[in-house]
Amino acid sequence: MNWDWNVVGDFMPRFWDGVLLTLQALLFGSLIAFSLGLVWAIAQRSRHAVIRWPVNALTEFIRNTPLLVQLFFLFYVVPEWGPSMSALTTGIIGLGLHYSTYTAEVYRAGIGGVPPGQWEAATALSLPRTRTWTAVILPQAIRRVVPALGNYVIAMLKDSPMIAIIGALEMFGEAESFSNETFTFEAYTIVGIAFIAIAYPASLLIRVLERRLAITS
Amino acid sequence: MMSEGMFSNYFLPGIWITIQVTFFSAALALVVAFVIGTLRTSRLWIVRFLSGIYFELFRGTSSLVLMFWLVFAVPLMFRLQFVPMFAGVLALGLTYGAYGSEVVRGALAAVPVAQREAGVALGFTKFQRLRRIEVPQAWPEMVPPFNNLLIELLKGTALVSTIMVADMTYAANLVRIGSNESAPVYTLLLALYFVFAFVLTRGMRVLEKHAKSRVGQAPPGGGGLWSRLSLRSSAGEGSGALTAGGTTR
Repeated sequence: MNWDWNVVGDFMPRFWDGVLLTLQALLFGSLIAFSLGLVWAIAQRSRHAVIRWPVNALTEFIRNTPLLVQLFFLFYVVPEWGPSMSALTTGIIGLGLHYSTYTAEVYRAGIGGVPPGQWEAATALSLPRTRTWTAVILPQAIRRVVPALGNYVIAMLKDSPMIAIIGALEMFGEAESFSNETFTFEAYTIVGIAFIAIAYPASLLIRVLERRLAITS
Repeated sequence: MMSEGMFSNYFLPGIWITIQVTFFSAALALVVAFVIGTLRTSRLWIVRFLSGIYFELFRGTSSLVLMFWLVFAVPLMFRLQFVPMFAGVLALGLTYGAYGSEVVRGALAAVPVAQREAGVALGFTKFQRLRRIEVPQAWPEMVPPFNNLLIELLKGTALVSTIMVADMTYAANLVRIGSNESAPVYTLLLALYFVFAFVLTRGMRVLEKHAKSRVGQAPPGGGGLWSRLSLRSSAGEGSGALTAGGTTR
């Protein structure tokens, strides 16, 4: 094995570009996943079957099909019907939409974990439905689920290389195009290490959060 | 619309490759999960430490990056060439094996200590205890999370299309390029994955029921590997130890 540090030096500027794009995708993808997941979770508790059924079917379908194929779908099929989007935008929407179905499960468990007495108290105070959700249920539910949501940010990080396949050059995409131009292996190795370097501290952080936010009864 | 020839010429072989990749990587993942999972319950700190490193290493990286690394970087680094299919199976098996090791570790940890002590009292070796006491009791706890992992693995197999393995995603891309009709192609592809996932989930649910139904039954004479694995298993109600495995995909 002959590891060449010059190659590493050449790759570094593009590596940072890639890292920036990865973080961007992660940030906006998480925002979509967190907010849309909450929408799914609340819709799944709706009293109306017309709302519950389609949402259940949609989330079940998205969760059971590969993200890569969904990205292909968004990138090649959706522009036939509507506006075409950049690879990065498609990637962000794809990641966000895919993971929203997982965060929905997390929220669902979190909302289910709020003691029934809290609902009853809200009813006793005759709080309107929206106030019950925003002032009583969600503040308690979300606190419990923060660590679990964090886990999905890590999962999203590990899936982010897929957006390179449709042409958004995040850190893996940069490594791929660099390696193709130079016939070297260092870039792939560095990106592999970078994933661990981000994911491992992040998972430690989540473990700390889990302990801090644990609700002891 | 797509012609029928496209389905039989491209999709059918692709489906077969997807089934093969899923089967072989799931088999590898199961072996890795049991080996690493049991090593992580070892009494020796160095064994626990090393198997913990394996877990963090493969949980932390993306299987797509690992695949590309195996196919494109390894030949340059070590003069070692993998067939793409093998590299894909290896990357998926090693990654999902790491996730599975957490399931195995959690389930083994949930087996009451007294069971292990009983094994020690009978003079069983570590391997005999695992094979005859601990794994059979932990098995029903492992099946549901393994089911989830299998679905994740099935979806992960779509990645092998990027390293030139002609699975069904690869076939769909070929057809899309050839016919320039993306909507029916990718809709069919999504539907195929969903059906696969559905069938797998249902199949595993049968296994799950089987595993639970053997609880507390007297061991029948003989029996294959399956019945030995599920003998004398005591199923807890979804033990808390397993939630870790469930969330750390």
